[in-house]
Amino acid sequence: MSANTPVKNAGEGSHQVLTFVLGKETYGVDILRVQEIRGYSAVTKIPHAPAHVLGVLNLRGSIVPIVDLRMRFSLDRAEYTAVTVIIVVSIMSAAGRRDFGVVVDGVSDVVDVDTEEVKPAPDLGSRGATDYIRGLVPVAERMVVLLDIDKLIGTELATLAGSNVNQAA
Amino acid sequence: MTIDLTQFHEAFFEESFEALDSMEAALLKLDIGAPDKELINTIFRVAHSIKGGSATFGFSDIASFTHSLETLLDELRSGTMQVTVPMSDLLLKSVDVMRAMLRAVQQKKPIDAQKVSDLQFDLELMIAQKPAPAAAVIPAAAATPAPVAAAAPAPAPAAAETMSPASVPKRWQITFKPFPELFARGNDPLRMLRELAELGELESLADLSAMPAFAQLDPQSCYMAWNLQLTADVEESAIKQVFEWAEGDCELQIELVSGPATEGAPQATTTAPPTAVAAPPATIAAAPPPAAAAPAPAPAPHAAAPAAPPKLEAVPKADAPIEKMADSGSIRVSVEKIDELMNTVGELVITQAMLSQLGSRLEGPTAEKLRAGLAQLERNMRELQESVMRVRMLPINVVFSRFPRMVRDLAQRLGKQIELKLTGEQTELDKTVLEKIGDPLVHLVRNSIDHGIETPEKRAAAGKIPAGTVHLDACHRGGNIAVEVSDDGGGLDKNRILAKARDRGLVGPNDVLTDEQIYELIFLPGFSTAEKTTDVSGRGVGMDVVRRNIKELGGKIELRSELGKGSRTIITLPLTLAIVDGQSVSVGGETYIVPLISIVESMQLKAENVSRLSGRGEVFSFRGFYLPIIRLHEVFGVEPRTRVLDEGLVVVAEGEGHQRIGLFVDDLLGQQQVVIKSLETNYGHVEGVSGATILGDGSVALILDIPGLIRATAIRSAA
Repeated sequence: MSANTPVKNAGEGSHQVLTFVLGKETYGVDILRVQEIRGYSAVTKIPHAPAHVLGVLNLRGSIVPIVDLRMRFSLDRAEYTAVTVIIVVSIMSAAGRRDFGVVVDGVSDVVDVDTEEVKPAPDLGSRGATDYIRGLVPVAERMVVLLDIDKLIGTELATLAGSNVNQAA
Repeated sequence: MTIDLTQFHEAFFEESFEALDSMEAALLKLDIGAPDKELINTIFRVAHSIKGGSATFGFSDIASFTHSLETLLDELRSGTMQVTVPMSDLLLKSVDVMRAMLRAVQQKKPIDAQKVSDLQFDLELMIAQKPAPAAAVIPAAAATPAPVAAAAPAPAPAAAETMSPASVPKRWQITFKPFPELFARGNDPLRMLRELAELGELESLADLSAMPAFAQLDPQSCYMAWNLQLTADVEESAIKQVFEWAEGDCELQIELVSGPATEGAPQATTTAPPTAVAAPPATIAAAPPPAAAAPAPAPAPHAAAPAAPPKLEAVPKADAPIEKMADSGSIRVSVEKIDELMNTVGELVITQAMLSQLGSRLEGPTAEKLRAGLAQLERNMRELQESVMRVRMLPINVVFSRFPRMVRDLAQRLGKQIELKLTGEQTELDKTVLEKIGDPLVHLVRNSIDHGIETPEKRAAAGKIPAGTVHLDACHRGGNIAVEVSDDGGGLDKNRILAKARDRGLVGPNDVLTDEQIYELIFLPGFSTAEKTTDVSGRGVGMDVVRRNIKELGGKIELRSELGKGSRTIITLPLTLAIVDGQSVSVGGETYIVPLISIVESMQLKAENVSRLSGRGEVFSFRGFYLPIIRLHEVFGVEPRTRVLDEGLVVVAEGEGHQRIGLFVDDLLGQQQVVIKSLETNYGHVEGVSGATILGDGSVALILDIPGLIRATAIRSAA
């Protein structure tokens, strides 16, 4: 455990997080869930998919859906450029492991996060669901929003199969 | 109906070897201190099924050996004996010996009788030691060369019942009255009696009262019954076990006439063959009176058994590692590994396609050479892909082989005479497809037997021979495999089906249906024309499930019938689920693949051929029918190149049951074989899409599911 986290305070209460930028905010996901980071390339659209599911990509032979996090968080849509990045993450659901790509503005850094420093997200009431936010943590004077990607993508995936018909109707 | 049993030998060997592997694995997992009941049961089942199988096929040596083994395992199972290190050692050795025996029989070589009987002796000894006799017995007995070696199948080392004056053998009265069908179930009463005789002294009295006059005698029926008296120190369960295979095919009564109470004198012996070969004097001489024996844990015949290791991995297996797998022409590989290989090859095909595209654009003297090399690569790739695909292929016989037994049982139960004809059993198809067509086929065969074939009387009245025929056939047809189930029974009564459908409001009273459409009704959920529901079929669940299963495999099912002559069900399946022949079509910037199996024709429409139905969309005339037009760009919400019907193309495609539609697309691109990738692994099911594939440029294209597409549009237009 301590061998690969050569940081002060390294131990039970610390883990590594990949941070990325989306608009003005910085978000973080557990590094162990990140499969790879790649540049943006054109996707194939999936019919009847939710608006933030852009389509699918070929990732070394497997078909991976791509989610635009800006649209998922109802931010302004950004143009996809050569520096737009896709982070491929794996989520754990009842159906097993699934791989997903999320489009973000840019990847920042890998940081160590002390679990004790993670503060719960305040309840924003009706202004937004925050159940996919695992907590907030200050990193170098910035606030990083730690995401629970299982909840962020997993829960809506579970309802996807059944919802297609309704959406089509 | 006689069946050549030899055709099942190979399957028996294959299964037995597999079973032995699992027995070995279970043995290795067995904890000495606290053995897992489930593991013991697994081990027992293996021994039991090998015994049953080898007895059925007449491999008496194997049957006899496994019988001893089973007896020992039964003690373990019931908890009267505990698992010890020497015992698991012995059991592992038994696995090896059984393997060697099976291999010998398979290769028609003589069995190493000495080795077998030695081990069998050890097994019997272990059983005989059950109530923990003194350690003195063991070296003496172990030192005794197996006396039964000469008579290989003779099971028990003769530990005569006279050995202990305290042990009074039990007397059992058994009434065994087999039903006439006993023989047809593959049971042989003679074998059972022999097995009983192995348990102890047997007196049998045959009851011939039911025997008919010779003229009426049916050689395939059993008319005899037996009154048996068995004098043996065995439990009732041991006797029952002998008749286990005949359970349900006979009347059986087992009564204890006389004998010691179960808790009586310790039973020094459990088996005592009446044909006892000279008993080893050492055993008897060395055996002290049981009463004097100190209750010591079962000692080891092999000197070293002190600190019992908790797990058995440490226990050395058979002394001589028998040439395991040495000469077998096949290896077992997990499907996972093959799938991985398939994936990699799929990737290579895509890379190769990409390179070819690049190569075709190059110019200059080296470009020519490069193109030649790429062409060579393409040929090799195709061969490689085919070879990998073939690895997954198995003959359909794997599925067909379950039918002879099923047909025989059903025919007997329904009082029909049925002959089963199997052809094309060697036709190969993908393992995944194979696994999924078993159940639909069982259903179809059952239907044929239950509803199709008439009773002998009815058949005679119709001028047919009394025995009906059910025919299963498989053959390759293009890139597909066709499996056909046909019978020469009564056939489908179109009028009755139609009447029933009208009854239930499925068809309007004035609608006129073609024959095809009428047969199509059979596939509706809950539709059954059977006059009475039997436990075999007729509840109306079934044909719709059959069709759904076939559809899931990307296949088609068709029914043809002639009243009074019989019916045929033809199933067309893709050879593999991994690859599909597809037509690429483009809509806007997207490429879709339409499976060729669904395509009837592609055409350009003229505006004057298209008419609009009020509020129900566009239709066009095709071969005298009006087909609805499905605009793919509308269904999938993509921006097309054109919305004008005569500027694009219409692909006439067929969904479920000859339901045809015109699929409006921008353009046709080309035909190619595509590797099917699942969308559901990472995403989910999409209505109208059966999967995805990767094109030569590395991009993803969706594969259309025409029946699903038709359903989806129906839902949309209804909403």
